[in-house]
Amino acid sequence: MTEDSKFHHGDPVANKPIIEMKNIEKHFGSVIALAGVSVDVYPGECHCLLGDNGAGKSTFIKTMSGVHKPTAGEIYFEGQPMSFEDPRDAISAGIATVHQHLAMIPLMSVSRNFFMGNEPVKKFAGISFFDHDHANQVTMEEMRKMGINLRGPDQAVGTLSGGERQTVAIARAVHFGAKVLILDEPTSALGVRQTANVLATIDKVRKQGIGVVFITHNVRHAMAVGDRFTVLNRGKTLGTAKRGEIEHEELQDLMAGGQELVQLEGSLGGTV
Amino acid sequence: MSNAQNAAEKVDERIKERSRFREAMIRPELGGIVGTIIVFTMFALFAFDSGMFSSKGVLNWSQVSAQFMIIAVGACLLMIAGEFDLSVGSMIGFAGMLIAIFSVTLGWPVWMAIVVTFVICTALGAVNGYIVIRTGLPSFIVTLAFLFILRGFTIYFPQTIERKTIIGGVKDVAEGDWLAAVFGGKILTGLFSWFGEIGLIETFARGSREGQPVVDGIPMLVVWAIALIIFGHILLTKTKFGNWIFASGGDAEAARNSGVPVNRVKILMFMFTAFCATVFAACQVMEFGSAGADRGLLKEFEAIIAVVIGGALLTGGYGSVIGAALGALIFGVVQQGLFFAGVESSLFRVFLGLILLAAVILNTYIRRMITGER
Repeated sequence: MTEDSKFHHGDPVANKPIIEMKNIEKHFGSVIALAGVSVDVYPGECHCLLGDNGAGKSTFIKTMSGVHKPTAGEIYFEGQPMSFEDPRDAISAGIATVHQHLAMIPLMSVSRNFFMGNEPVKKFAGISFFDHDHANQVTMEEMRKMGINLRGPDQAVGTLSGGERQTVAIARAVHFGAKVLILDEPTSALGVRQTANVLATIDKVRKQGIGVVFITHNVRHAMAVGDRFTVLNRGKTLGTAKRGEIEHEELQDLMAGGQELVQLEGSLGGTV
Repeated sequence: MSNAQNAAEKVDERIKERSRFREAMIRPELGGIVGTIIVFTMFALFAFDSGMFSSKGVLNWSQVSAQFMIIAVGACLLMIAGEFDLSVGSMIGFAGMLIAIFSVTLGWPVWMAIVVTFVICTALGAVNGYIVIRTGLPSFIVTLAFLFILRGFTIYFPQTIERKTIIGGVKDVAEGDWLAAVFGGKILTGLFSWFGEIGLIETFARGSREGQPVVDGIPMLVVWAIALIIFGHILLTKTKFGNWIFASGGDAEAARNSGVPVNRVKILMFMFTAFCATVFAACQVMEFGSAGADRGLLKEFEAIIAVVIGGALLTGGYGSVIGAALGALIFGVVQQGLFFAGVESSLFRVFLGLILLAAVILNTYIRRMITGER
């Protein structure tokens, strides 16, 4: 095991949180999307944000990544109060978001995608050229680390599976210095094997000391990699639980808002 | 950890081996390369003695091809960036008319007329791009509007100023002008007269130019075409900006998420397309010595056809400048070749349509191989 394995399942409270969101409120006109949500993320932990559709997960991460400005509440990044004007601010601070879609361009090669917006250049006769050799080499190396077999760095992203595309996007964010990685439902459209790959990638990223915010509504996926779990329901936090302190069924009930699912659970034989 | 590494290094059994030949074949330019070979083979077989492959014949079709190439490079980069410009043809007429009005009617020095025209036309390209970006309208519609606006002015200006639609006399005022020579001159004239002397190319047997070679140099039009192709190819494949062009056309939203300045890229490509159209116009005006209100008619479609034959995707994000140049070469060779072969010239359109169809079908197939789409 590598030296950074101390982060793995360690006690995150020993460190300082990398990002702290305190009592975040967000109103859209008369609609209260978030009514005081507090979440903090420590380096090297995977903080799962669970909630059913409409619980406010998306609004919350958009606030974290600078898309929305909170109506009320405070954001501390590495101990400093922060106010992101736009997503670019958040990205340059080290908060990277990997969207389920809109991450990769299928017609372009993996290497071109990997370095999109961050192209390495080398000077030749005073003119800056795209350093393809360097880009290809780094891409192949990063992909090998993530366990993706490429035919070559010039292989088009369109030939990769959905899970592999997510993995490339995650590897890219990590390579370019993300400190907090927000994954917006990375597994919701994937098959079993691809999901396993993405979860394994999350585990690898966490071991490198990056704080991962994993948004999902699948408790199974959350339980597989999560260190802490925060459940959102109707714009409020229903509490944060550490790994081992909470059971699968409890999370499921919290997400659904408690009661009704108990009945359903019985009739479905605990398969949800 | 090491276990995972080993597992990853093993070759995935699901990735099929591909032969080197197939690997080399799968590229956007393949359609253009195959088309070029077919076209040249056909004319070599059926029209070899027509004079098409004499030095004068070669000059003839390379000049026509060079014209197509100049506008195809601009259209190609713009199309890869995800936009169209239908105002290219009108821009050619407009730019030519401006040069003629400035230099002949207003009596400006020709170099100044050309420089001011370039500034005006690239600015118009920027306006095109700005409107497309700000309104979010399809560039098809915005530039279609400019197709009419610019053509209208191209007819209106000479009509009101000179009461005619053709302004001539540019050749006289351009005499000895340094910038005019950059568009209308010829290079390597010494080399070609030496070729004539050693009998490598034919010389005039009689008349006032007796003893001079029939081809006395490479026209600047051809030089511009080659220079623009090299510039466009390097820009697209070897620079950071080239990656942004692909990204902007491939998926503007994903590109923006990754920090690519999509708007700037698109506006610059509109400006470059306008620049190419102005180069075309300047060369044409210097060659003919006049500007006509109908110049450049339908050139926008010819540029787009050349680009599509060259393997670019109409929806953006994929293509090649070399391919577009080959598309333009096919275009020029077929057009002039049919003339040399004595084929009824209206059949040119039939050939063109067939080549376009064949190239697009082939390119769709190649693209599926590359991207794995089904």
